[in-house]
Amino acid sequence: MSEPVLSVRNLVVEIPTRTGVLRPVDKVSYDISAGEILGVVGESGAGKSMTGNAVIGLLDPPARISGGEILLKGQRIDNLGREDLRKLRGKEIGMVFQDPLTSLNPLLRIGDQLTETMLAHLDITQDEARGRAIAALDEVGIPAAASRIDSYPHEFSGGMRQRVVIALALCAEPSLIIADEPTTALDVSVQAQIIALLKRLCRDRGTAVMLVTHDMGVIAEACDRVAVMYAGRLAELGTVRDVVQRPRHPYTDGLMGSTPLASRGQRRLRQIPGSMPRLGKLPDGCAFHPRCPKAEARCRAEPGPTLEADHGRAACWFPVEAAEVVS
Amino acid sequence: MKALVSVRNLTRIFDVSKPWLNRMIERKPKAMLTAVSDVSFDIPEREVYALVGESGSGKSTIGKMVVGLLTPSEGTVEIAGVDLARETDADKIETVRSDIQMIFQDPFASLNPRWKVRDIIAEPVAARGGDTAGLSEKLLEQVGLAAEDAGKFPHEFSGGQRQRICIARALASEPKLIVCDEPTSALDVSVQAQVLNLMSDLKDEFGLTYLFISHDLTVVRHMADKIGVLYLGRLVEEADPTTLFERPAHPYSQMLLAAAPKMDGFGREVVPPKGEIPDPINPPPGCAFNPRCPLAIPLCRQERPELRDVDGARVACHRAEEALARGRDANDA
Repeated sequence: MSEPVLSVRNLVVEIPTRTGVLRPVDKVSYDISAGEILGVVGESGAGKSMTGNAVIGLLDPPARISGGEILLKGQRIDNLGREDLRKLRGKEIGMVFQDPLTSLNPLLRIGDQLTETMLAHLDITQDEARGRAIAALDEVGIPAAASRIDSYPHEFSGGMRQRVVIALALCAEPSLIIADEPTTALDVSVQAQIIALLKRLCRDRGTAVMLVTHDMGVIAEACDRVAVMYAGRLAELGTVRDVVQRPRHPYTDGLMGSTPLASRGQRRLRQIPGSMPRLGKLPDGCAFHPRCPKAEARCRAEPGPTLEADHGRAACWFPVEAAEVVS
Repeated sequence: MKALVSVRNLTRIFDVSKPWLNRMIERKPKAMLTAVSDVSFDIPEREVYALVGESGSGKSTIGKMVVGLLTPSEGTVEIAGVDLARETDADKIETVRSDIQMIFQDPFASLNPRWKVRDIIAEPVAARGGDTAGLSEKLLEQVGLAAEDAGKFPHEFSGGQRQRICIARALASEPKLIVCDEPTSALDVSVQAQVLNLMSDLKDEFGLTYLFISHDLTVVRHMADKIGVLYLGRLVEEADPTTLFERPAHPYSQMLLAAAPKMDGFGREVVPPKGEIPDPINPPPGCAFNPRCPLAIPLCRQERPELRDVDGARVACHRAEEALARGRDANDA
């Protein structure tokens, strides 16, 4: 197997507060290869966005990376200075955020925003940049790109705006795209268009994509592999098919069961009791044990086994066996 | 079964024109946005009627007109035989109003942060001068929270717990009808499951009727007895969940269902839907879906289709039979 585009090793993010140090990301490891879409899924507060922000160096202080390594194409990027990181963002790593309106500057024509990014990162002339901007808009499916390049963001619909944001993320030809809930603000039919677009770009260009979302349906449809996060830790990591159909961590199992999609025809949804603990009040041992149907003394005493990037599926002492999965 | 809610030819038009002076200077006509156009449906007692559609389809506007937060431009909403917008007998209006409650999408915005939970929950009863002693505590326990929580403030609760407080408040006046506008859209999946289960249990326990508004097809399929699909303010199809999901008859329903992500859709290559919802200020003539419809014929551009019975569903499409046949072929393939 070729070298992964992104390797995250034992990443720890800490936020010092008055009452103690919080760990929104705790010993997370995973790889993304070229042309692969890795889904990162979890409920709010699970640390999925924080992981993405740590990779691209956009952690808001006082949050900081306090341990582990992030390697982009074999080079460490977690210890770069601000100036080096700035050069990396946009050039090597593209970013797509949830809300397409706030990620575009409302006062600049979209063409200017695209060419600005390219001129900052690539050694090309203004005219070349404009040509490439039109090509990029064309590629993401904006009709009549040559005439719409001089429009302002407010002149586009939500779905079209998200396409512009994707074009912006792509225009410097990065090797990694981090898409943080890219379809959450969009309608179902537009969501299908954006997912199809991301998949096509990933396949055609060999870009690695980290897709952060809370929607299991989107994960099942778009991703090759999926990482499930719970309370800052990796709960399960595996191919989409395995994780969705044969979840091994009791949390993943519960999560799958509680989507109305999975329990079709049943009158009641399977539910996980309780809710995710706050970071300041994490229980001892495995963070999931108070909600876990299979918890035993060991789960209450020591945290689950740490998942390595390339082997191991579930960070659980007593993983669910295939036969036990109810759904 | 008797219909608790009866909606007839409901239409709501919003004036979205620029101010008078701007219109005069720019010589622009008034702009009228038809949010809801000629929608009719019935909700029988103790059933769950779901309205589903994308943003701008008018589903929330219908919800607001049903509870009386907006007045219809045309058409009527009758609840237990009383038309709130036209009824003149104040007593009758008051009785019907106390039978209606609403649950909103955002459990953070719909609870007053300065009020204690006890006062929030008792408000619908207190406002009518009812007896509120011990009421909040009882309701909190019914929705799965603790009686002691009555003394707390909303910020002390998580999103799911807040939505439970909203449900408790909606139950306080012992309503018959609850209009739920995207009640679980702001919640995480595992919490959503808890809230949906709670809503089903309460429905059985108190004999409630829900008008359930959502954009999430999977949630709607789970909850509803009957589903109305909206497109650009028009009801395009109405069917029970099994019929709608197994053989959707309107091309728009077909497109929507095909586009929705599926749990077993690994690496599925969907042909993404064409185009977007048209501008509601200038809707296309005829059937609103005709510019995106693969089956459109000239008739679709001229004449707006009426709802008619097609194979166990009510469908507003000139070519519903062809659409059904096409859907069957796609399933066989």
